[in-house]
Amino acid sequence: MAGLRQRRVRRQRALRWIVVTLFAVLTLLPLVAMFEFTTRDGWDTWRVFFDWKALGETYPILWTGMKASFWLVLLSVALTLVLLVPTVVWVRLRLPRLRRVVEFVSLLPLTIPAIVLVVGLAPVYAWVVYFVGGSSVTLFLAYTVLALPFAYRSIDAGLSAIDVRTLSEAARSLGSSWATVMWRVVLPNIRSAVLSAAFLTVALVLGEFTIASLLNRANIQVAINQLGKSSATMSVAVSLAALVLAFVLLFLLSFAGRRRNRERKTS
Amino acid sequence: MTAPTTGTLGAPTTTAVRGGRRHRSRLRDLLGVVPFFVYVVIFLFVPTIVVVVGAFAGDDGRPTLDNISALADDYIVEAFVRSITLSAATAVLGAVLGAVIAYAVVTAGPDSLVRRLVTSACGVLAQFGGVTLAFAFIATIGFSGFVTVFLKDSLGIDIFSGGVWLFELPGLVLVYTYFQVPLMVIVFLPALDGIRPQWREATESLGGSTWYYWRRVAAPLLAPAFLGSTLLLFANAFSAYATAAALVSQGAPIVPLQIRSALTSEVLLGRENLGKAMALGMVLVVALVMWLYGLLQRRTARWLD
Amino acid sequence: MTSSGVRLSALRRKFGNVHALDGLDLDLAPGELVALLGPSGCGKTTALRILAGLEDADSGRIIVGDRDIANVPANKRGMGMVFQAYSLFPHLTAIENVEFGLRLRKQSSTVRRRRAQEMLDLVGIGAHAARFPQQLSGGQQQRVALARALAFEPSVLLLDEPLSALDAKVRVQLREEIRRIQLEVGTTTLFVTHDQEEALAIADRVGVMRAGQLEQIGSPEDIYRTPATPFVAEFVGLSNRLAGRVTGDVVEVLDTKLPLVGSVQDGPATALVRPESVDVTADPAGAGRVVAVSFLGPLARVTVALPDDTLVVAQLESARLPELPTGTAVRVVLRPVPVVVSAG
Repeated sequence: MAGLRQRRVRRQRALRWIVVTLFAVLTLLPLVAMFEFTTRDGWDTWRVFFDWKALGETYPILWTGMKASFWLVLLSVALTLVLLVPTVVWVRLRLPRLRRVVEFVSLLPLTIPAIVLVVGLAPVYAWVVYFVGGSSVTLFLAYTVLALPFAYRSIDAGLSAIDVRTLSEAARSLGSSWATVMWRVVLPNIRSAVLSAAFLTVALVLGEFTIASLLNRANIQVAINQLGKSSATMSVAVSLAALVLAFVLLFLLSFAGRRRNRERKTS
Repeated sequence: MTAPTTGTLGAPTTTAVRGGRRHRSRLRDLLGVVPFFVYVVIFLFVPTIVVVVGAFAGDDGRPTLDNISALADDYIVEAFVRSITLSAATAVLGAVLGAVIAYAVVTAGPDSLVRRLVTSACGVLAQFGGVTLAFAFIATIGFSGFVTVFLKDSLGIDIFSGGVWLFELPGLVLVYTYFQVPLMVIVFLPALDGIRPQWREATESLGGSTWYYWRRVAAPLLAPAFLGSTLLLFANAFSAYATAAALVSQGAPIVPLQIRSALTSEVLLGRENLGKAMALGMVLVVALVMWLYGLLQRRTARWLD
Repeated sequence: MTSSGVRLSALRRKFGNVHALDGLDLDLAPGELVALLGPSGCGKTTALRILAGLEDADSGRIIVGDRDIANVPANKRGMGMVFQAYSLFPHLTAIENVEFGLRLRKQSSTVRRRRAQEMLDLVGIGAHAARFPQQLSGGQQQRVALARALAFEPSVLLLDEPLSALDAKVRVQLREEIRRIQLEVGTTTLFVTHDQEEALAIADRVGVMRAGQLEQIGSPEDIYRTPATPFVAEFVGLSNRLAGRVTGDVVEVLDTKLPLVGSVQDGPATALVRPESVDVTADPAGAGRVVAVSFLGPLARVTVALPDDTLVVAQLESARLPELPTGTAVRVVLRPVPVVVSAG
């Protein structure tokens, strides 16, 4: 039989493979180039890269940047979630009229580029230095602003998928305190939304350069950039490692997120 | 029959008591959002106000329009024009290429490996790019980059014969495209997911060809999402700083780099507040674009959710 | 209006290892409404989609009028189709949706507009012509979809579970209207559904499908009163499953001999008895006991437990309920109508 449909499906598949292959080639080309670039004069760069002690001694800036980024990730995720999750849930439950306001404020940073924010942050950070010192780790206070829109969207979507009001009323009628409602009832139900908010914050903080660089602080991106001036190969190697690591993390997360969705559907 | 009467009699007192309690519990409710708003005021509102006020203040702190009128200086106007050109060019390029890739990915089904791989790669490039992307391009088509060397050695083509364009506007267009296309894939996929197969089948059963379907159904349905995504890409490129900062070390062809030199050069008098005026200009452009994006997004949600 | 007959013969379609259609034969006379009824996965929707050209058959013939259309693409088949839901174009108003097929047939805008308005009036929502689909209720959307499918005078009308996404009340109302309109325009119609009540109510003939084949096809009365197989008897209407014993062409159930439909080997068997074939009378010496009563308006269902814990449902006139409160001792009598028997 003719198989008019099958022919169309085959055509679609052919188009898909052509486009995806082109995309893959163009995406992989810079990565391959980076790898070639770092191994052109032998494997020394990678040997140092994987010898963390030597790495720290040879490129102290890199070590400082990595440490700072590590703490920045932890503190930014913590502050973002602690500020946002209870507020958004509370507003939904008790202050529905404030919902638009919180949404507007949370999405506002989208219209304020980081380069603009940093201009206005300079005097604020003069006070931060005065109170808690000038450590690079204090950047988490600014990073949370950048993370707000993405984290808000994710958490808001998670809350929209469940009926928070009914859930909390049920828990209250069974005798729970508000803290129990939040911790034992709402949070477990928006776990995947919180996880994705946390992950978006991690990605954002690891990739952030503008504010750190212009406030003269160090993080991994600033370190890579500085290193570029003295040792191009090492900075390219670190860039490659960072890109690959981020890809692996995102790819794994795509499985975690989906699996949780399916659980919800069947239950 | 007596119950309603008692109810009406009892009502006023109940309301009075409830009113007082409600007032107190409302205050307590408001306490719950205090931390959020305190934080936002300090780290979002204050910086914004600093920028706006600073844009209208001289170095002595007195109000002036000098900074604003300095925005009309040739080199600043040129920087804005270049920024807008760069953003518009990469937004259109990214939107078209990204839409094609997103369509190809959608035909593979929501749980397919292809989709996971492509969206993960796009997530990395779109959100994580920055400085690393700049170094990726230095390694690829820099002076001694992989492709540069390959083309010169085996094909005898010198891609920099006409000047070192990688570190200028054309180079920025190329590198920006590498994070614009992935961002388009990410923001356009949900719109394509919203297209129902029934619409294509209905078109066919009514006598329409594939081409007719694309022209009369899919194109008008996707147009708001496509335009909105293009605007988002524009704002994204316009705000971007890291890639350009890492790539361009001399001169300041675009606005973010102008702001950098205004912030870092302390020798020139009165430049810091000029930076604030440029920052204000950027905010106005981005806010306008994001407002239009919001309008189109609402239309998209109505049709494709 | 020209309406064609349809003949599907020996249609086969495999999805992986599953035979969605396993040699389906089906004829529709011109102007006839045939309902394909069956559980999900029985192949009824596949059959409809193959007729529409939205799916390929692996083998078999599809004849409309006197033409084999197996190689005609969907957009050249001229069949009107109504989908389960969400098939209206959301960027077009109700009337623009209806005009869509007319525009494709190059009709002038005045003719188009007039015809579309007529169709909307026919389906009873002429007043909502300028609304967008998201401003209409589910039932109204399906009315527009029906108007759109009929506007260009299709040779065949295909309805793919068009009512299954609607509320019970709207469902009944709309199915009656679909029937009225179908009789009025006289278009040959294939109606796919999993709801037996809907199929019996609307169709000239009902085809019951199972595992890619037609189990039985006949008038609604035939299907209901003389189901050809236990599958049909169980799928269509409510049946009591009662243990019995077959001897020759009768089956003995609850001490009553009932005639058989078809022939079965002698021995123990399960008879499928309709509730309306069961009668219950109050009798202090009776073996049964009323355990539940449900009131359905003019009729009522009474559930009786027998000494061996078998439950029998009887359908009676509601007027008789006062004499049968829960706990009453009753005698169960079966009316001597032919019954279907499944072995074991």
